[in-house]
Amino acid sequence: MITFDHVSVQYDDTVEPVLTDVDLTVEEGELCLVVGHTGVGKSTLLGAVNGLVPHFTGGTLYGTVAVDGRDTAGHPPRELADVVGVVGQDPLDGFVTDTVEEELAYAMEQLAVPPATMRKRVEETLDLLGLADLRHRALHELSGGQQQRVAIGSVLTAHPRVLVLDEPTSALDPTAAEEVLAAITRLVHDLGVTVLLAEHRLERVVQYADRVLHLPGDGRVVSGPPAEIFRTTTIAPPVVELGRRADWTPLPLSVRDARRAAAPLRTRLAGAPVPAARPPAPAAGRTRLLDARGVSVRYRGQALPAVREADVELRGGETTALMGRNGSGKSSLLWALQGSGTRTGGTVRVVPFGADSGRERGSRDPGPGKEDGSRDPGAVAATEARRLVGLVPQTPTDLLYLESVRQELDQADAESAHPDGPGARAILDRLAPGIDGATHPRDLSEGQKLALVLAIQLSAAPGVVLLDEPTRGLDYRAKAQLTAILDELAAEGRAVVVSTHDVEFVARTADRVVVMAEGEIVADGPAAEVVVASPVFAPQVAKVLAPLPYLTVEQVSAALTTAEAGAR
Amino acid sequence: MRRRHPTARPPALGVLPGADERRLPRTLHPLAWWVWALALATAVSRTNNPLLLFLVLAVLGYVIGMRRTEAPWARGFKYYLYLALTVVAIRVLFRAVFATGITPHDHFLFSLPHIPTPDWYAGIQLGGPVSLEAVLSAAIDGLRLACMLCCIGAANTLANPKRALRVLPGALYELGVAVTVSISVAPQLVQSVQRVHRARRLRAGRTKGLRALRGVVVPVLEDALERSLRLAAAMDSRGYGRAGSATKASRRLTGALMLLGMCGLCAGAYGLLDASTPAFLGLPALAAGAVLCVAGLRLGGRRVTRTAYRPDPWRFEEWAVAACGVLSAVLLFAGAGFDAAELNPSLYPLSWPSLPLVPTAAILLAGAAGFLAPPPLPTTAPQAAPRVPARRPEKATAK
Repeated sequence: MITFDHVSVQYDDTVEPVLTDVDLTVEEGELCLVVGHTGVGKSTLLGAVNGLVPHFTGGTLYGTVAVDGRDTAGHPPRELADVVGVVGQDPLDGFVTDTVEEELAYAMEQLAVPPATMRKRVEETLDLLGLADLRHRALHELSGGQQQRVAIGSVLTAHPRVLVLDEPTSALDPTAAEEVLAAITRLVHDLGVTVLLAEHRLERVVQYADRVLHLPGDGRVVSGPPAEIFRTTTIAPPVVELGRRADWTPLPLSVRDARRAAAPLRTRLAGAPVPAARPPAPAAGRTRLLDARGVSVRYRGQALPAVREADVELRGGETTALMGRNGSGKSSLLWALQGSGTRTGGTVRVVPFGADSGRERGSRDPGPGKEDGSRDPGAVAATEARRLVGLVPQTPTDLLYLESVRQELDQADAESAHPDGPGARAILDRLAPGIDGATHPRDLSEGQKLALVLAIQLSAAPGVVLLDEPTRGLDYRAKAQLTAILDELAAEGRAVVVSTHDVEFVARTADRVVVMAEGEIVADGPAAEVVVASPVFAPQVAKVLAPLPYLTVEQVSAALTTAEAGAR
Repeated sequence: MRRRHPTARPPALGVLPGADERRLPRTLHPLAWWVWALALATAVSRTNNPLLLFLVLAVLGYVIGMRRTEAPWARGFKYYLYLALTVVAIRVLFRAVFATGITPHDHFLFSLPHIPTPDWYAGIQLGGPVSLEAVLSAAIDGLRLACMLCCIGAANTLANPKRALRVLPGALYELGVAVTVSISVAPQLVQSVQRVHRARRLRAGRTKGLRALRGVVVPVLEDALERSLRLAAAMDSRGYGRAGSATKASRRLTGALMLLGMCGLCAGAYGLLDASTPAFLGLPALAAGAVLCVAGLRLGGRRVTRTAYRPDPWRFEEWAVAACGVLSAVLLFAGAGFDAAELNPSLYPLSWPSLPLVPTAAILLAGAAGFLAPPPLPTTAPQAAPRVPARRPEKATAK
């Protein structure tokens, strides 16, 4: 269906080609998973399928890409619209019209499909993707999962033979992502559509793949069946890592396969003590840094409050994960705690970081407020609020407006004016070493942007650090780095809150999990307890090894090593 | 005089739209509403009679009340009314301030302090006595303009603007798409600005002044640019702008035809509305312009290979609504059966204007659109489903 014949892609502004001498064939009806770290050329590979590379993006493509017998050299993307359907990361970016039905018809209008056929196909697609109830709704009032299904439907109506999806679930919560992936697998099985799918969170899709295209990062593309490719790849979902560690053959790709293979492992681990999933909290920590009581947020003109009487207590040295579906009030709560967002009820008291030690030394003015020097970040000036609580917003780039990383860092130093703390540059070098000061912030990778904004916020030395969905768009490596960074912050005695949908990340990173629903806090407790008990939030390892309370592969690995050492 | 629907009785006045179950609710062709509204606006331009003008407003109100939907774009008529009121107020205010003096026959109303102007500026007088006649004539002038504004407002309220754009001939399709996309992008831009502005506080950046402006404008523009590039890529992948069979020569010919045609239309409209221009500038120029435009659009449309999803049909109701409007304009312009002076009653001497029969009937005829048009489709969103105000997931700006 898709053939790449000695394809190399070279962009004008880079020295190394992104893809070199790629030869591959994707057969009809395959679900083909494209894996690799950020920046290795996944998007380039996918873009080349319908000719967006190089027709739209620029650069030079050597060799031949043919889809259904059509060479992309002679066919720009619009001439391939009837063969290849493309769905991007954020569905809202691709919408041209404003209601579901019109959006579904848009591609067909461009292809001059007769009106009668169009009408029929729209109805069929509405049923196929379960959108019939939403047909007249405005696109912007749909949920993320519904929007992404509309985006898929809007390319499907043109009856393409190939569907290209570039990280279609990265902006969605787990439930919505399941919804979209279920729709995709259904298309593969029922309609025989060839699907090319790039996805960071492999644990969700790997079991459905017929073939994996792995981009190791040197321009090559390795193609093969999943069980074979994942034996050696540097990135793999936890279930595969577990399989590798336990030497299971064939390599399990789904929780179900792994669970069946795990029976001996479970009996082996049954008696052994469970190693801690997280490093122990620092002795100095566990002092209460933030105490919020009855926080409510209600936006003007909205009937329901975004946050309803939430009580939150944050202690130093503790990493808390804030979970819940999209729109459950996570962001609103974080913004309210920081003091910059709306807060319509309740109190927030934050103890300035280092106040305890400062009082002992007698060098620091405890400031107005209660005896412990605690303050309300919503009541003080923005500069002061920033020293109490630092927040990294959902779109970190909102904070960046200068031409280079160096200027941003200098500006941060000027803004925070914290005399004895380390400069922003020093913080950034610790978080993400090796970022060139002359680089434009927009040219950084997602992980680097996050590190830059985090460094800017940390330059004010806040004791409480809040991150709003930092894992979006990060690959496994970047997430592991983020975990390391957050662990370090917690080790310094700060309180860290991360709102995220990523359960595997939570299992590795969080000591405590707070779950929100409809603006209320519905669960609050140690990560292992909250996460293992939940069918939605349980990480793969927990599902495989239940009822044993293991969360991460590292834990299992450590337990096995101890067991092996004991046996010897 | 009243046209009757062949199969159904028009519902009695005061009955809710759609009460007659034999008439199927559907959306009227947007072009029909536009023709109706523009024709009524043309009719309004002919008269200065305040009674007739108020009648037009009443007719607009009736038709909108009968055939308006609950869609967001259909809730905007009140803003047109505010605009109309502002127009009248400004007109009266200016007339009072830039008073043109008062004659012994005028009714004195009040006097504003007179501000002397320098000699070289003697043409304009500031302040001074204000007469009832001056205020009335300004108010009536303003009212006429206000009525025309409300006609346009009515068209926008009754016909979905985006559907109206789809009526554009194939050659102007790109224009329509550009407008549609910008309409939907504008709210996103506002959201973007709000988000970035809120984020400014996180860095304790200034929220006022030029530096702060940069802090808001740069991220918003970068965001918008990235987003528009992604939209362009998406549209390209979905077949937007597929090549047709246009040659360079035919494109140029299309351009020339359109330009000439537009000139003709403008001249024609001017000639028609201003009675003092030579006769050839009126209808003949309008007709010639129209022919040229149609030829240009036809030629341009030939290269376009595209179809429309669920195109609005043009049926009896469309003819009826459009005809109502056009007929009322024609009746007012023809001037048969009534004294032309009654359309523009003189304020000297001041007297109560009379209500001429034929123009009144003509305007009431335009109001027949209120029941000739089919009842609108019920509110688009299913009522049963709770409409949670969807908070747009603010997205990552990954590539």
